[in-house]
Amino acid sequence: MGMAIEVKDLVKYYGKFLALENVSFNVKKGEIFGFLGPNGAGKTTTQKILTGILKPSGGKVSILGYDIEKDPLLAKKFTGIVPDETNAYIELSAWDNLTLMGNLYGMPGKRLEERADELLKMFDLYQRRKDRVKGFSRGMKRRLLLAMGLIHEPDILFLDEPVSGLDVQSARLMRKVIMDLNQKGITIFLTTHNIEEANQMCHRVAIICKGKIAAIDRPESLKKTIKVTQSLEVAFDKPLENVEELKEIPGVEEVKTHGDKIRLFTSDPGHIIKPLVIYSQDKNLEFISLNTLGPSLEEVFVNLTEERRQDINEKQ
Amino acid sequence: MKSNKINLLLEQFKGSLVIAKKDMKIYYLKPPVLIFGVLFPMFLFLAFAVGREVPLETLVPGLVGITLFFTASTVVPLIMPWETRLRTLELLVSAPIGVQTILLGDILASFFFGIIISLIPLTVGFVFLGATIVNPLVLLLNIIISSFCFSSLGNIMSFPPTGEPSQIMMLSNLIRLPLIFISGIFVPLPQMPYWGKLIAPLSPLTYTTDLTRYSLGDISFYSVGINFLMLLLFTVLFLLAGFKLHSKTMPKRIQNL
Repeated sequence: MGMAIEVKDLVKYYGKFLALENVSFNVKKGEIFGFLGPNGAGKTTTQKILTGILKPSGGKVSILGYDIEKDPLLAKKFTGIVPDETNAYIELSAWDNLTLMGNLYGMPGKRLEERADELLKMFDLYQRRKDRVKGFSRGMKRRLLLAMGLIHEPDILFLDEPVSGLDVQSARLMRKVIMDLNQKGITIFLTTHNIEEANQMCHRVAIICKGKIAAIDRPESLKKTIKVTQSLEVAFDKPLENVEELKEIPGVEEVKTHGDKIRLFTSDPGHIIKPLVIYSQDKNLEFISLNTLGPSLEEVFVNLTEERRQDINEKQ
Repeated sequence: MKSNKINLLLEQFKGSLVIAKKDMKIYYLKPPVLIFGVLFPMFLFLAFAVGREVPLETLVPGLVGITLFFTASTVVPLIMPWETRLRTLELLVSAPIGVQTILLGDILASFFFGIIISLIPLTVGFVFLGATIVNPLVLLLNIIISSFCFSSLGNIMSFPPTGEPSQIMMLSNLIRLPLIFISGIFVPLPQMPYWGKLIAPLSPLTYTTDLTRYSLGDISFYSVGINFLMLLLFTVLFLLAGFKLHSKTMPKRIQNL
């Protein structure tokens, strides 16, 4: 499989502030690649450089083999972008916004009209196509922006926080559309701080912190890097009088309650099931659910970003 | 190789026309455009003309010059700060068009606005004041070149990477207002004092007014050729300076998005 995006030793300074420090990664064609990081980590700066909006201070970026600095106009033809803020032209109609973007990408008139119709129907905006965007809800604006990013049928789609601030229904629609687009072969570069979203949708994720890549791998592989935080999650039919008693089960390192569930942290979940069953019989408790849980991507994220912060603090 | 370059230039020019069309739809009826581009020059001119015995050959060229100058240079400085503030600039910069393509589109929108609105004082002069057009071709070329020149000047004014249109309007009025007093609008060039005649050539509006005067049958101060040559020189200078200044401040503008 070829590479859609190749990033090598990317550096970006804002004045004297080092925003990106030798960032390198590749995104394969047809992949959903998540770019995770806390606020101010360098996610948006990286995306702006990859889309040719900002110039890097050093390093190299290729989009489908085209150098974004040497051939920006060619490289941009293959990319679509959906920024994090709702910034369609609010004085124009949905139709005018779509045709504006199509025209900027040099689409021929008839094909552009067909594509605009198709996208407006896909995103449930067709009935409102002649209305000014000013009166649209946030969800409608996000859908329109996604349609604008797709009007020229790009090979790579850059999405910045695509479901941020959306209601549940719009967020689900957005996720479904993204997955469907990927099924059709579009490479997705997803910038987000929503770890669960990245966990569910991405083939691979990169975690960036303080301008440096902390890890790149498949979400499940990243979770395996943390061994100590495996756990058993149990829910009984009635609340426990003393949750701390569970700590006495051999192998249990920590006990935490999460709503009506109790999480028992252990390095070996298999070995504490039997004593837990005995405990429930002694206390006359019925199991409602019992699940083994690996470490979440969130824990990996916190772990890695914390390590990076400590590294920087030590250097300083 | 050469045809590739020509194709690229054509594609970019088409991009500029797309931008210009978008600007016309959005910005022509914005209140600051109507206030500073239409009402302001009109009232300024009325303040000068009402209650005075101003000869027709001074009145009409002055009216045309001042209208063309203010209208053509009003739309373009507003666009960049507006697009920065509303974060729509990011969409344009991510498209396969250059910064200069975007700027040329903005200039074209302002250029067409200047031409359309300048027809109003011409009609007033023609129909109500009884002015006659002796050299229509010179008048037409003058309006076209002057409008593009003033739009390019307006483009320079919006180079500071701010998202506040009011700041840019303040700056642009600071530059535009003094120019109208040294350009033969209120006092014809031959009647200007010596120091006035010395600084008048520094304003492109001087040549517009002089050419309008000539096309309406009066004698021009400079020759027609010199007037056109100076207007073209100012246009090239403003265009290149605008491109250079915006290219320098664009990273800062994008960083602020």
